[in-house]
Amino acid sequence: MKPPRFDLLVASSTDEALEALRTRGDGATILAGGQSLMPMLNMRLARPAALIDITRCADLRGLRVERGDLVVGAAVTQMAVERRADLFREVPLLAQALPWIAHQQIRSRGTVCGSIAHADPAAELPLVLATVGGRVTLRGPRGRREVEAEQFFTGMLRTARAADEIVEDVRFPLAKAGERFAFVEFANRHGDFALVAVAVRRDAQGLVIGIGGVADRPVVSRLPLLEGSALDEALNELAWSLGAGDDPHMSAPGRRHLVRRLGRQAVLATVQEHQ
Amino acid sequence: MKTYAADGVHFVTLKLNGVPRTGLAEPRTLLTDFLRYELGATGTHVGCEHGVCGACTVLIDGEPARACLTLALQAEGRAVTTVEGLGRGAPADGALSVLQAAFRRHHALQCGFCTAGILNAATAWLERVAAGEVQANEAAVRDMLSGHLCRCTGYTPIVAAILEVARPPSVTAVVGVSG
Amino acid sequence: MHRDVDLSRAQAPHVGRARERLEDAALLTGRGQYADDLGVKPGTLHAAIVRSQHAHAELRGIDIARAIGMPGVRAVLTGEDVKRWSQPFVAGVKAPVHYWALATDRVRYVGEPVAVVVAEDRYLAEDAVDLVQVEYAPLLPVTSIDDALAADAPLLHPEVGSNVVSERSFRYGDPEAAFAQAAHVVRLSASYPRNSCTPIECGVVIAEWLPADGTYEVTSNFMGPFSLHAVMALALQVPGNKLRHRVPRDSGGSFGVKQSVFPIAVLMCLASRKAGAPVKWVEDRVEHLTAATSATARATEIEAAVDANGRILALRYDQVDEVGAYLRAPEPATFYRMHGALTGAYDIPNLAVRNRVVVLNKTPTGLVRGFGGPQVYFALERLVDRIAATLGIDPVELRRRNFVRREQFPYRAAAGALLDSGDYHAVTDDAVQAAALDALRAKQAQVRAEGRLYGIGYAAIVEPSISNMGYITTALTPAQRAKAGPKNGAIAAATVAIDLLGGVTVTIASAPAGQGHMTVAAQVVADAFGLVPDDVVVNVEFDTQKDAWSVAAGNYSSRFAGAVAGSIHLAALRLREKIAKIAAQQFGCDAAAVRFASGKVFPAHAPDKAQPFARLAGLAHWSPALLPKGMEPALRETAFFSPEPLAAPDEADRVNTSAAYGFVFDIAGVEIDRDTGRVRIDRYVTAHDAGTILNPALVDGQIRGAFAQGVGAALYEEFRYGADGSFQSGTLADYAVPTAAEIPNPVIVHRQTPSPFTPLGAKGVGEGNNMSTPAAIANAVADALRPVHGEVDVVLPLTPARVLGLIAEAEPNAPAGLKAATTVAGGNPKGGVAIRASGSVDIAAPPERVFAVLLDPAALARVIPGCHALESVGPNRYRADVTVGIGLVRARYVASIALSEIDAPTSLRLTGGGSSSLGTGSGDGRLQLERTAEGTRLHYDYEAQVGGKVAAVGSRMLEGAAKVLLNDLFASLGRQASGQAPLPLWKKLLRWLGLEGAR
Repeated sequence: MKPPRFDLLVASSTDEALEALRTRGDGATILAGGQSLMPMLNMRLARPAALIDITRCADLRGLRVERGDLVVGAAVTQMAVERRADLFREVPLLAQALPWIAHQQIRSRGTVCGSIAHADPAAELPLVLATVGGRVTLRGPRGRREVEAEQFFTGMLRTARAADEIVEDVRFPLAKAGERFAFVEFANRHGDFALVAVAVRRDAQGLVIGIGGVADRPVVSRLPLLEGSALDEALNELAWSLGAGDDPHMSAPGRRHLVRRLGRQAVLATVQEHQ
Repeated sequence: MKTYAADGVHFVTLKLNGVPRTGLAEPRTLLTDFLRYELGATGTHVGCEHGVCGACTVLIDGEPARACLTLALQAEGRAVTTVEGLGRGAPADGALSVLQAAFRRHHALQCGFCTAGILNAATAWLERVAAGEVQANEAAVRDMLSGHLCRCTGYTPIVAAILEVARPPSVTAVVGVSG
Repeated sequence: MHRDVDLSRAQAPHVGRARERLEDAALLTGRGQYADDLGVKPGTLHAAIVRSQHAHAELRGIDIARAIGMPGVRAVLTGEDVKRWSQPFVAGVKAPVHYWALATDRVRYVGEPVAVVVAEDRYLAEDAVDLVQVEYAPLLPVTSIDDALAADAPLLHPEVGSNVVSERSFRYGDPEAAFAQAAHVVRLSASYPRNSCTPIECGVVIAEWLPADGTYEVTSNFMGPFSLHAVMALALQVPGNKLRHRVPRDSGGSFGVKQSVFPIAVLMCLASRKAGAPVKWVEDRVEHLTAATSATARATEIEAAVDANGRILALRYDQVDEVGAYLRAPEPATFYRMHGALTGAYDIPNLAVRNRVVVLNKTPTGLVRGFGGPQVYFALERLVDRIAATLGIDPVELRRRNFVRREQFPYRAAAGALLDSGDYHAVTDDAVQAAALDALRAKQAQVRAEGRLYGIGYAAIVEPSISNMGYITTALTPAQRAKAGPKNGAIAAATVAIDLLGGVTVTIASAPAGQGHMTVAAQVVADAFGLVPDDVVVNVEFDTQKDAWSVAAGNYSSRFAGAVAGSIHLAALRLREKIAKIAAQQFGCDAAAVRFASGKVFPAHAPDKAQPFARLAGLAHWSPALLPKGMEPALRETAFFSPEPLAAPDEADRVNTSAAYGFVFDIAGVEIDRDTGRVRIDRYVTAHDAGTILNPALVDGQIRGAFAQGVGAALYEEFRYGADGSFQSGTLADYAVPTAAEIPNPVIVHRQTPSPFTPLGAKGVGEGNNMSTPAAIANAVADALRPVHGEVDVVLPLTPARVLGLIAEAEPNAPAGLKAATTVAGGNPKGGVAIRASGSVDIAAPPERVFAVLLDPAALARVIPGCHALESVGPNRYRADVTVGIGLVRARYVASIALSEIDAPTSLRLTGGGSSSLGTGSGDGRLQLERTAEGTRLHYDYEAQVGGKVAAVGSRMLEGAAKVLLNDLFASLGRQASGQAPLPLWKKLLRWLGLEGAR
């Protein structure tokens, strides 16, 4: 399976990438890690006239803490974030979720921003970003803008990014004292796309529960600190509200069952004393 | 900004197993095809061209990469390690590295088609073990290995070979029994 | 046939040892010689295949003009060329099923080759494939066995008059009487899915037409059986010696699957003829999964007549195999490979069998490791399990009561298998002991007491090896067989040669794909000559023009250890005898007194007279005059061996389908996670008796590999099809080969009961766990669920989705008042994405206006997203040119749309279908317009099918994609009808700010 023809533009800065995007318009696609895009090209499912490689843009390689967020630049690989020594303290949910993404050999090339921009409904990173209330920084000819995660994901493989914008970075809020996190995923094989993934953030005020793999985008719900049958009822309501459909990998009732059970597992995991 | 026109061929220069090499590629030429046909390094195998089977895994600047999901032009100026570069000593010697010898000892290959990719990924992983980044235990090996499909061996001998190199038994034997 | 040499340790230091492989150093250092690594002749071109997107359609025409005109394209081969230069492939039974290398009048499965583009490289060839335009007239597809058998089923091959292309019934002993007097009759319906052992290396063919010689030359990773050489030559209309087929040293796994390379070898020969140059084809993974091959899917009704003590008196099988769209040789071999051993490991004298072979619109089937065994044992061992549960007898004890007993060997089974040797009770003891079964059962009780689901399952199988090539004629009646002439045997060949410096070379036609044939061959020969294996060179490259081979050559039915290694042994012994005679003359002793050890040759009573082997052996070359009188000069022996007990099927349809039969007993302990449906293998013991073990490391390697494939078949792997025949498992993300995280480490125990029928006493061991493991796991899952759910219908693979369906705990209701989003009906139970949905949208316009839009082509063109043009081709029928896609994935479709059942302004029916390079799509929807205060509530109820590439590689997202597209369509309809044709500026602004809000 060989890709169709395309021009390759290798940008060395974000400005160059944006200029290329501007001149090439609808026919250009950003190439970051390529782990989602290249299979589509090899299978000729996508036929962009031009690819803009941003992996050599030094200004997109930033990985730093800034004003209460962990900022991950567009060229930063998932593995680079996974290896970050303080990640488990800075963004615990990321530390928990990253090992679930595909395989190490994919994470060593795939980028965090690439996965966010791709917006696969079963992907882990969009779910994490939405659950922690993160933001996406978009840059385009009209300048920069920040979009909240829940507004960014607009549907299956659809985001708020305009065709002439690139995702410059994503920002994960640092964990605050007293917050607890849990990430639970069920996939067919180790590394497969999530059939259902649950991300939970708990603090003194309540629970934030993000569900991935069911609706066409991550769905985040806020609940009080429930437990026991009250929690089960709330999870049941959540399960039914997601509009689960049948697909070759799992039935709708099956997905709802997983939401209820994995939701419960994840919530209980945040109750434990030790993180 | 470098622009490579779709209908042209372009020079790609990279280091292949420490040796500078140059070849021609279109923008769309995959690194797998470039390595195999343009540079003649057929040790890297192609099993799926969508990044799942892992057979084509090489090291780019020491990091595992699916060569089937990498454009040849993206490897410009990079150091690429393939299975031909993993042996002990010069490639012409054919001497096996510690890891390769362990594979043979444990019968960790049968048809050999998935082996090159696994050797590369394991090599990178063992370096992380040596640097203290990851714990070497069976679960960790299986996790790393899950990115590689093998139809012949049932995986256990591969796990055993990699674990043996990660945790040489002689270390514990030396530490062994005392008073 | 008896073993000639006593392989005691002293005399045979190498066979039986777990020595490291000779193959490994090259493979580990990237020096493999796989078919795509070989150099090709300058001027070799590259092929890409145009494949059908439809499961069943008439082929109306192919337009290759744009493809041919593309720079870099040399030729395009079409059905016309194929009809001119070849004939259809012959098959195992005569039936008017015309299977050509390219589709000619019809396509009958998704992925069927329709044309071949030959270009300067594969990239260009694929570009040109995109430019080939094929016109199809779709026909109704047949996608299940039930559908194929239905009275009104569409016929794939109308000449046959039915979709049943072969049917035979068999009767052995007196099954009717046994059933009549049985204390119990126990029944089971079993169905086995399509799957394959998907090697990591796909097919490779390099073909060249040599017009000067009227010869086709092929190099490929085809692995036999070379009976198919005849099929290829006949198709190409050349005699067998004018088709030269070479197989390189290395193959990246086959497991039977590369038998399916043969029709593409023929296809590429014809492509080369068309192009006037050698042509190379490297199969890609999507092609391989879609169109290479599959194991047969089988539906079995099986019943047993059982006495009060659990003795099985009779078995009755009613089996239907679907072989895909064509009867591709050697089918119906999947049935008949196992035929003689249908009673498995049990002593059952009465047997009735009905075998039907059906065609339907799926990929043709073929050899897949286990080849018929998995299908038979899934049914038989599940039935035995059910007998145990019904009668309340322990499942191990039940099997013991029915096993063939040690003193009965060689045992003639009811349908003709001659089980050569074994001790089934002892091997079962081995398994029980290794599993610590009592403790395991105690654990099960404890875990169950905690409310968890834990099951223990068993499988006992007889593993046949070295197929009797005559078995396929069991598909014919005795009268037909008599007319055609007998077929039987399993001729293996090996050549051992010694060169002028005393170097030993072995050549075999075994086409290995990782089994270590070189190593075992070297061990066998080293033992014969007193050498070390590293000194023996084994050449496994195969050339039909230069090597010794016959009908049975190749790598399948686990024939290496028994037959091929046996032939090597025989050839080596003959050569050894010759050298012994030469040595005897030199030493002045009897030939019988000559010994070979440590690289030397010496008389037994005077070891000090030892001569180096190389020198003595070289004598035959350098000084032929010194040879004993009458001895032929030079040292090269070719041995052909065919196991004695392999006769043709007799008048009563009894046939010994294999030469040797191993035995496997498996015990599986599994736990089912109630939260996820995951089946976790907690403990797995597999006990084997494969006769003499030639290399224990290699034997264990085979067992581990087969076990992993068995787990895959049991829990993960299935080729899925849509109701329209669209293929949905086109990537390794969809076809779930298990990884190291899914495959546990089985406990393996061995016993060696040598075969009396193979020269070394070895039997095949490569396929056992493909046959036993799926049944053992299925039985374990059934056992886990039995206390709560009774007897369950186990269908493989036992994915979490299936298991959750079996556990099927009652679901809490939806909260009252929850607004139902688009409700989706249950997926097609036959397996496939028939995307169904219904719902409603509110439109701010009265029904008349909405209706007016639907009936106005100009307005409709604006409604349909991505529509470039809409032309009327009849009353309320349109042809549309539409670009459809989600995100990056988009393609231009040519679609036909029709409106019918028009009841203005209340309801209408909208049907449409189209195709593009991405695939095909069709839909059928009913629209109901309900007047509301605000305007219209449009109720829709649709069903859509998506086929082609996008279904093969994107089935996970099809449902969602279809919904998005339809949402877009209705949103657009709403805007059009309410007069808001373009998006209002304020909405655009909101969208830009990322504030669009609710879906």
